[in-house]
Amino acid sequence: MEKKTLFDKIWDAHVIKSIPNGPDVFFIDKHFIHEVTSPVAFLNLEKRGNKVMFPERTVATPDHNVPTIDQDKTIKDQLSRMQVEKLRENCAKHGIELHDLGTDHHGIVHVIGPELGITQPGMTIVCGDSHTSTHGAFGTIAFGIGTSEVEMVFATQCIMQAKAKKMRITVDGELGPGVSSKDIILYIISQISASGGTGYFIEYAGSAIRALSMEARMTICNMSIEMGARGGLIAPDETTFEYLNGKDFAPKGAAWDEAVAYWKTLKTDEGAVFDLEYHYNAEDIEPMITYGTNPGMGVKVKDHIPTTEGMKESVKKSYIKSLDYMGFKPGEPMKGKKIDYVFVGSCTNGRIEDLRAVANFVKGKKKADNITAWIVPGSREVEKKAIAEGLVQILEEAGFKLRQPGCSACLAMNDDKIPSGKYAVSTSNRNFEGRQGPGSRTLLASPLTVAAVAITGEITDPRDLIEELALEK
Amino acid sequence: MAYDKFDILTSRVVPLSSENVDTDQIIPARFLKATERKGFGDNLFRDWRYDSEGNPKPDFVLNDPTYEGKILLAGKNFGSGSSREHAVWAIYDYGFRCVVSSFFADIFKNNCLNIGVLPVTVSPEFADELFEAVEADPATEVEVDINKQTITLLSTGKSESFDINSYKKQNMKNGFDDIDYLLNLNDEIQAFEANR
Repeated sequence: MEKKTLFDKIWDAHVIKSIPNGPDVFFIDKHFIHEVTSPVAFLNLEKRGNKVMFPERTVATPDHNVPTIDQDKTIKDQLSRMQVEKLRENCAKHGIELHDLGTDHHGIVHVIGPELGITQPGMTIVCGDSHTSTHGAFGTIAFGIGTSEVEMVFATQCIMQAKAKKMRITVDGELGPGVSSKDIILYIISQISASGGTGYFIEYAGSAIRALSMEARMTICNMSIEMGARGGLIAPDETTFEYLNGKDFAPKGAAWDEAVAYWKTLKTDEGAVFDLEYHYNAEDIEPMITYGTNPGMGVKVKDHIPTTEGMKESVKKSYIKSLDYMGFKPGEPMKGKKIDYVFVGSCTNGRIEDLRAVANFVKGKKKADNITAWIVPGSREVEKKAIAEGLVQILEEAGFKLRQPGCSACLAMNDDKIPSGKYAVSTSNRNFEGRQGPGSRTLLASPLTVAAVAITGEITDPRDLIEELALEK
Repeated sequence: MAYDKFDILTSRVVPLSSENVDTDQIIPARFLKATERKGFGDNLFRDWRYDSEGNPKPDFVLNDPTYEGKILLAGKNFGSGSSREHAVWAIYDYGFRCVVSSFFADIFKNNCLNIGVLPVTVSPEFADELFEAVEADPATEVEVDINKQTITLLSTGKSESFDINSYKKQNMKNGFDDIDYLLNLNDEIQAFEANR
């Protein structure tokens, strides 16, 4: 029998037709939409006189441009308000389930999908958002699409794409204290670059990946796109089943048993061949931070910014341009640099485990005076848990305030913008020029590192504070 | 939606050599708030093109009258990051029909083919040659022929062939998108879904 990878198994099961020397007609199980990339798709659908073919396969929530304070009031920004209203109108007209602002299931689309159990192993999932790769943590093929494709899914539940090449990244071993899944993925991207995954779909494997919680796995799959990969996925296992069991939209009773039996078959066959493989040791991974303007420009927090020695002239030009934007020089140490803002949130690290990590870290300490901190839960569910678990109180005592759910300062479409020239250490996924506001300077890191920066006001290796704490005790 | 057919494009070239140009640079997120596709060309490369007061930055290539044309010559890993199709809308609406690079980001390339911007991948060496030729003479013309799948530097006659699958090639030549094709598969799709 032909040996197949997990990606092959799911992909092949969803191809309705293959066009010779062309793309596959690829069936989509679940389609997530939000207010920014759907309105033109709805408009074109209607212009052509088409209907949404299977409305029950689409789920909507407004997340990209919503305010993170006063969500019960009318949205002040007129254009944002219009997009959110358009989403409501379109969902009502086409019979699409909407998790609106202020409702129990509202949140960032890639946070609520898994949280509600809508995301399930073996599915194909798309959304007009590149971080759709997040859902791959459940053993799904999930990736971002453009607005033309959003319209295709509305009209036909299919898109037309060629199958990607296959890559496997294996991380074996045990992570050290103070090191998290965000550090794993920032480390991998720093090794293979912001374009090293282009053309591939990545399977993450190895004992270090297996040991991660579902939320930590989501952080890894989420950032697959930051190395150019179409998406990333992890074979489902007991951790996955345990996470899904009892979730609102997960199968129940006999249907659950049947589903789990199928999900257990979703793994790469022994001997299946990948187009490219990488192996890393968890012991080599330490707290990471970015210093430039793409996510591949990352180093260990304890390290220095790479020098230009041996760099090709064309590469050097872009490199220096990037460092100039950041106000950094080659060879400088990362530790000790003054920071102005911290942002905890986004579909990468805005889940309850992230808030727990931050709250536990800052417990009994005080935020540095020079830091403005924005902590934004990924969903209402996360917000509710943070209150119930007493995290909000811990955060408030340390000088932080929890905002309301949304994408927020990750892409700064709403008012949560980092001012020009200011430095923000963020748990989000992109450090592009102006990503967090025109002229803003972003450094990506794990929730723990961000918490450490919030306390000291400068770039800090979280392990330094953990050691200090241990000594005090 | 339908777009202009692509046949043989002969044009001058606008060079933008920066590597890893992400879609946040092509069109910043704050300009994604429209509910219709219009006016995106005005905000193409917004923060590189204009200062915070909205004045054109003279050193940015789109503000340099020396360069013009329907072909954007870009650096390696062009279009990385967000899946926003608005980035390609901005490029198309500004007046480009073709982007040439030695390396494209995946989703961006797909989006290009879906709305009628031809992404042409050339070897790094040929990309360097094109940059040098345009820098030496901004009036340099390049011919992109989708039928023969070739890109030619007219001043030297140097040519390279590029890949495009035959399905997408037919679409580009006829100005079609995928929807019509998919709608014709209605029965197959209904049958497939019924078995899920």
